[in-house]
Amino acid sequence: MTPSPETLPLLRTPLHALHMELGARMVPFAGYSLPVQYPAGLMAEHMQTRKSASLFDVSHMGQLRLAGPQAAGAFETLMPVDVIDLAVGKQRYGLLLNEQGGIIDDLMFLKRKDGIFVIVNGACKDGDTAHMQEKIGSMCQVIPLPDRALLALQGPLAVNALARLVPGVEKLVFMTGERFNWNGVELLLTRSGYTGEDGFEISVHQDQAENLARALLAQPEVMPAGLGARNSLRLEAGLCLYGHDIDQTTTPLEANLLWAMQKVRRASGARAGGFPGATTLLADHAGLTPPAGHFPSKKRVGLIARERIPVRDGAPLQSPDGKLIGQVTSGLLGPSINRPIAMGYVGAEFAALGTVVHAIVRGKPVPMEVSAMPFVPTRYYRGV
Amino acid sequence: MTMKYTEDHEWIQLEDHEAAVVGITLHAQDALGDVVFVDLPEVGKSYAKGEVAGVVESVKAAADVFMPIAGEVTEVNEALRADPSLANSDPLGNGWFFKILIKDMAEFDVLMDEPDYAKFSAGA
Repeated sequence: MTPSPETLPLLRTPLHALHMELGARMVPFAGYSLPVQYPAGLMAEHMQTRKSASLFDVSHMGQLRLAGPQAAGAFETLMPVDVIDLAVGKQRYGLLLNEQGGIIDDLMFLKRKDGIFVIVNGACKDGDTAHMQEKIGSMCQVIPLPDRALLALQGPLAVNALARLVPGVEKLVFMTGERFNWNGVELLLTRSGYTGEDGFEISVHQDQAENLARALLAQPEVMPAGLGARNSLRLEAGLCLYGHDIDQTTTPLEANLLWAMQKVRRASGARAGGFPGATTLLADHAGLTPPAGHFPSKKRVGLIARERIPVRDGAPLQSPDGKLIGQVTSGLLGPSINRPIAMGYVGAEFAALGTVVHAIVRGKPVPMEVSAMPFVPTRYYRGV
Repeated sequence: MTMKYTEDHEWIQLEDHEAAVVGITLHAQDALGDVVFVDLPEVGKSYAKGEVAGVVESVKAAADVFMPIAGEVTEVNEALRADPSLANSDPLGNGWFFKILIKDMAEFDVLMDEPDYAKFSAGA
């Protein structure tokens, strides 16, 4: 018998002792014990990230490197994404797909001279690694990097704090990355994140992670923040949480992630198709008499409640005349927007902006309006 | 005045004979985090012991507020509805949820007192 994930002992990140020292409240997440919040609390940590800078421990996430001359081409066979033409030093969002076009995982990848550096979700990392080994392991090397920690420094003043320790990082723009050196410690930095704010994700060897975290927390701009704030920040930024807003049963089209499928991989692109689920996805996208039942029957939308009642994951969505049309996949009271916000799936005919749908909360309908995302304007640094 | 506690982390305090105030404990608000929303019961309605009489939500979680003992709701805290953070800042005072008229005093008497609740919540 295989033990269920719940019965396995929780893994600890290299920052575990620091979290304890800072008074964090720990929760199980993706098989790890991780801080959900520190004594300041979720709301304060959220606001701190929007106005200054916060340090998040995201070492549970999977890091790996694809190496070899065929790596980019090989990676393209798993995703509807342009890997080959991405310039060295640039980062991109990617989606691993199954044969039905459903999303196995979402990820970030950085093109480097010595390979492609990939960050995947913590709960998916073992499966992703096995999937890549199986599908493209003969075309390139798939190298897990389990000895590396990942820190996210996020917020409008993150650059001030980090540039004080690592001069030069201020030159990076959103979705680029490079290797840096901090007191002899090698750091792989990208200017990106999961909060909608400017900021960085920092890959560092686990033995140096605590020193780096302490050095960052010593900067006047920086406070620690936990998973709770990370979730409220990402939802306000309109970013999907794998396992909630996207999963194996949702395609990129249903999930409204067409932007992540570059034109070169779509129908009539130079490298159209050639990824799992391509037949279905390209037919759906072209809108040309695809096989019956293959039109996206649902769409991911943003929702803002008209009443101040939080609407949560799992709440059914109904049309105003009471027909079940979908379900909420993430929802909370957005601390910055100060209104109940949500993401969910509705029938395609209810996906237009401004459409009013009803979320059923404790048996009562809460009117919500289909709304543009992000809910809070993003403030990525794209250069001057 | 006597304050008693439930295993669901509500407190109930006698105001006068059979009139009592109900709220959530320090432990409950701490576990929830920043409270952003409360749903309060209907004034005039009677509830059985253990029935859901309200809801308290933080950004991260929602929890039911249970009726500690049977009774009729006589008043709800409109100030708390307007400013749910009172449940964090003053859970045993201005952050009270509702007032009831107790149906059966025997139900009140068997609830946990402060030392018992302290032991219970430390183990929870």
